[in-house]
Amino acid sequence: MSENVIEARDLTKRYSGVAVVKGISFAIAGGEIFGLLGPNGAGKTTTILMLLGLSDISSGQVRVLGRDPAREPLAVKRWVGYLPDQVGFYDNLTAADNLRYTARLIGLGRDEREQRIKEALVHVGLADVTDKRVLTFSRGMRQRLGLAEILMKDAKIAILDEPTSGLDPQATIELLEIIRELKHRGVTVMLSSHLLDRVQSVCDRVALFSEGNIALMGTVGELGRQVLGGGFNVEVEAQGQGLAERLAAVPGVMKVEAAGPDRWRLASDRDVRPEAAAAVVAAGGRLLRLSVEEPSLEAIYTRYFQSVSPQTGGRHAA
Amino acid sequence: MQREGSPWQGLGVVISKELADQVTSIRMFVLELLVVLVAIVTVSFATEQVKQTTAEDPFLLLRLFTTSQDPIPSFFTFLSLLLPLIAIALGFDSVNSEHSRRTLSRILAQPIYRDALLFGKFIAGLITISISLVVLWLLVIGLGLLQLGVPPSFDEVARAFIFLLVAIAYAGVWLALALLFSIVFRSAATAALVTLGLWFLFTLIWPLIAPRIALSLVQSDDLNTLVFAAQTAARLSPVTLFNEASSLILDPSARTLGPIYLYLPQLQGAVLGAPLPIDQSLLIVWPQIVGLIAGSILLFVIGYIVFQRQEVRA
Repeated sequence: MSENVIEARDLTKRYSGVAVVKGISFAIAGGEIFGLLGPNGAGKTTTILMLLGLSDISSGQVRVLGRDPAREPLAVKRWVGYLPDQVGFYDNLTAADNLRYTARLIGLGRDEREQRIKEALVHVGLADVTDKRVLTFSRGMRQRLGLAEILMKDAKIAILDEPTSGLDPQATIELLEIIRELKHRGVTVMLSSHLLDRVQSVCDRVALFSEGNIALMGTVGELGRQVLGGGFNVEVEAQGQGLAERLAAVPGVMKVEAAGPDRWRLASDRDVRPEAAAAVVAAGGRLLRLSVEEPSLEAIYTRYFQSVSPQTGGRHAA
Repeated sequence: MQREGSPWQGLGVVISKELADQVTSIRMFVLELLVVLVAIVTVSFATEQVKQTTAEDPFLLLRLFTTSQDPIPSFFTFLSLLLPLIAIALGFDSVNSEHSRRTLSRILAQPIYRDALLFGKFIAGLITISISLVVLWLLVIGLGLLQLGVPPSFDEVARAFIFLLVAIAYAGVWLALALLFSIVFRSAATAALVTLGLWFLFTLIWPLIAPRIALSLVQSDDLNTLVFAAQTAARLSPVTLFNEASSLILDPSARTLGPIYLYLPQLQGAVLGAPLPIDQSLLIVWPQIVGLIAGSILLFVIGYIVFQRQEVRA
């Protein structure tokens, strides 16, 4: 993993003496997609705003790309792209004019500006509506325009606050695809979302926010072990003799259940597909199918909040 | 804590964007139409009046700004009513509209400080008003020249130009006030209502109640003291400051803004009605002009402080 591009230590935010972010610490490595999860009012957006230097830090330390957002906000904001929850654009301006305004604020020269705007709009699939007023744009198009702004800015870090909120399934899929492409470009992505299954599909690690604290942090597998007591479910379909015993002996496998004729479900603490395949082959068996099911983030999320607050567990569930 | 970079980074970009928005807005178009209409009406009536009564006046051009014919008030009186409305129309939703459109956090996430955004909005508004006023000023002078057929003197043009600058300073106060309320109130309608309420207070109610308030606060038998107190109270209103400054600048024969107490020796050698040099007129109204500029700055600074302390999130 690359070195950390975002580091927060004991980060605290108080409003009128009431702490809404309570001494959280985390680090995000370069090129990582990091998800922030939690119920409304858990402190996700406040944390994001502090990282951008848009909200004062009550105590603690933040470094974004090695700089302090409070002291060097311009340097931080130059390389960090931000897509707020329900991003707004100037409706009376066209898509290109909105990006032009941002590009001029960044300080891009005319030729570079036009080139980048064109490329960014093509990238997010808005090339056909470049000269249309944003007034006519759907919510999904606005979100994509927001991502185009981040691409145009050539940001090293993209901070996306509820990027999929309010989008239809197709628009969500398209948006997540663009987020994956950001990662392929080497952009570090930090996103908050309530759509847990969607977050799970793109995030390398997640942090679970609860009442201003980070309750859990890690990969989905790690959180699954921590909260659900288990981890991965690997399904093996194979023909051969004594395969159940062979599979049970694979390191990391905690339990083997028969799931049908020539089918077994392995409960493991990690993805053991390579070892399971090797075990089948070593037993002279014929491997027909091998699949893995990660622990569900939604299950982790629900179980966690039920465990910390049985009365409100249902309310917290996304 | 020392911040890096210039607070004005991006200022020019914000000004040009805001200026383009305002100049092309429908509300500006409507206000411009209104102002042009007012100019034509007041100048037409003023020229008629001037032709009938003051054909021998050496300051005919200035009479265009000050002459009224019942029921049409003078041009500068119209401006004292209309300029606040134009400024309020341009400023009442400057900042709160960024909240309601959810553009504020996105724009402030770009490498600029809040200083540039707020100052850019104020400057753009002031430039817009200035452009309108210059056009109006040229229109009045042009129409006056056409109708009167008398070329203005340098002194007249200079006085008219100073009047233009005073009008811009006056508009600046109302623009800063509208901007302040657009920061304080998240609802544009509330901001507009409160600003219009203050305009109503200062334009129509304050001149009536200011002397009473002053006299109730100042316990004195000295007439001078009472008059001074009443005048001071009235001058808390930008409308009073503008009216006093404009009327004296546009009337070279005016020598004072308050009551005068003359003693016989002072009258020796005085030529009643003789015009005052422009620098002397300017000296008399300098406090009013400074008051208007200071008012703009004070209101802007209050707005700036509130804006800096505000949370960005909607």
